[in-house]
Amino acid sequence: MGQASIKVTPPGVAADKVYGPWRDAWKAFRKNKTAMLGLCIIVFFVLIALLAPLIAPYGFKEQELVNRLKAPSAAHWFGTDDLGRDMFTRIIYGARISLWVGFFAVIGSIIAGTFLGILAGFYGKWTDMLISRLFDILLAFPSILLAIAIVAILGPSLQNALYAIAIVNIPTYGRLVRAKVLSLKSEEYITAARAIGMTNTRILLTHILPNSLTPIIVQGTLGIATAIIEAAALGFLGLGAQPPDPEWGKMLSDSRQFIQKAPWTVVFPGLSIMLTVLGFNLMGDGLRDVLDPRMKN
Amino acid sequence: MNSYLLKRIMVLIPVLIGMTIIVFSIIHAIPGDPAETILGQKATEQSKQALREQLGLDKPWLQQYFNYMGDLLQGDLGTSIRTKTPIAKEIMPYLAATLELTAAAMLFATIAGVNAGILSAWRQNSWFDYTAMIIALIGVSMPIFWLGLMEQLLFSLKLHWLPSIGRMDQRNPVESITNLYVIDTIIAGQWGQLWTVIKHLILPSIALGTIPMAIIARMTRSSMLEVMNSDYIRTAKAKGMPQFLVVYKHALKNALIPVLTVVGLQTGALLGGAVLTETIFAWPGVGRYIFEAISSRDYPVIQTGILIIAFIFVVINLLVDLLYAAIDPRINYR
Repeated sequence: MGQASIKVTPPGVAADKVYGPWRDAWKAFRKNKTAMLGLCIIVFFVLIALLAPLIAPYGFKEQELVNRLKAPSAAHWFGTDDLGRDMFTRIIYGARISLWVGFFAVIGSIIAGTFLGILAGFYGKWTDMLISRLFDILLAFPSILLAIAIVAILGPSLQNALYAIAIVNIPTYGRLVRAKVLSLKSEEYITAARAIGMTNTRILLTHILPNSLTPIIVQGTLGIATAIIEAAALGFLGLGAQPPDPEWGKMLSDSRQFIQKAPWTVVFPGLSIMLTVLGFNLMGDGLRDVLDPRMKN
Repeated sequence: MNSYLLKRIMVLIPVLIGMTIIVFSIIHAIPGDPAETILGQKATEQSKQALREQLGLDKPWLQQYFNYMGDLLQGDLGTSIRTKTPIAKEIMPYLAATLELTAAAMLFATIAGVNAGILSAWRQNSWFDYTAMIIALIGVSMPIFWLGLMEQLLFSLKLHWLPSIGRMDQRNPVESITNLYVIDTIIAGQWGQLWTVIKHLILPSIALGTIPMAIIARMTRSSMLEVMNSDYIRTAKAKGMPQFLVVYKHALKNALIPVLTVVGLQTGALLGGAVLTETIFAWPGVGRYIFEAISSRDYPVIQTGILIIAFIFVVINLLVDLLYAAIDPRINYR
């Protein structure tokens, strides 16, 4: 009855607390249950990887030849492999390798892809022609096959597998950044920036790059999932990590022949790959919904 | 339409040329002396020189490339170092095996994926929807080489339902005409053999088809949900059309367009994924052929194998684009 619709702000609290876009995104992200599950899985594996020497009950190279292919027990939670090494320990150390490869391969692709994408989008003309065709050509090869070919040239090792995965995925980010640059270029504030005499480099660094960041983050998160699977696949084919490195894909191929006698040697490494990849996929999907709703389809 | 086709093919030409340059560069990118890398350190200078001549490595780079292109255009795909057989002849049975596996995998992925997607959209937020989408999420994250191993463990080694490796029972070989065993056995009227061939196909095609199935299911679901909310569907429902017809006839037609892209792109991706599946199931396909070539440093085979797969991949993508126009009259190519 006659109550004024004026809200009284208690003293000491700002009337309009302005949140930054990242904080908004985080609030929306927190509400997304599957995305949070993804984040939890990732945090879990990152912690395991970081704390590996503290958690692991044995050394990952430590062999107990009397305890070969032993089933899971209190002493060996995930059993032992054909050399009597503790599977639980090797899985824990494997998290380090997979996360390391996944993360750095994607960083590599992002750096190279962003650089090429900006060149193509910003300078246009023949630079764009050349770079876009290069992307087309790289995308014309099935990615795992191209990665196999690159490793075949460089020689099998974890490092080379990482390079191969990074190279193969460059066009994904390159195209993304190019498209973003093209759409931003015609925005009025860029014209304004140019009118006040900003140099190209400054426009790139202060306007274009920060605005291209969200799609890159989304794609990058999903990209880590792909990179981890690709690294494991190369490891499985004997083209990635070499013994005695406890890489999950390599562990799978080493234990294949014992699948009937000791299924645990095959079940746990694969399960770890799947869970980690699932984590990044869930989180990537969530980030996309929150940061870039237009990318949904 | 014709001019569009022409334009698309014109755009393809630089891509195809670029592909040959990359594939051609594979041998040249080997650090050090390729002849020594291929033959090993113990090889005599004589044999290394002979190999250099065979591969044309003693000529200038540009001339080598034009020779290579000339050979390619004449249908000469090179000779395998390991078996000394022309690759064009040797690769055919491998290619057929991969084709059969990929087709079976894609058939499984499309039928299972599209139907799961439709049902999920139709019964949105039901337990079926949740289960299907959880399976799809796990499917997308599945390392297929591990899935293959798990299938073998369960269905071959434990339950003994299906054979774990190979295309066919070794003691009962298929008389090959097309090298596509399903077709060969049908032509010959060997129904017992056909059943054996299909049993060999089931596990590898499920392993290979799982990721595309998951992607297709998610795509179909979101595409169907969008279409189901449109006016013409409401009209169809309002005039009392049976639900089944509304979903499968009216809605599906429009919802399938984005699904088709995914099917096309995934078919290409399968060609790469086949390397892993073929390794696990000892499937004598082209992925396996290339992989064995890598282990024995048979570079001409690596080059040609990769070029052929990339070529098929490009052609499939072109076909998908053209199919759009056939399905969706709203897309008008000029």
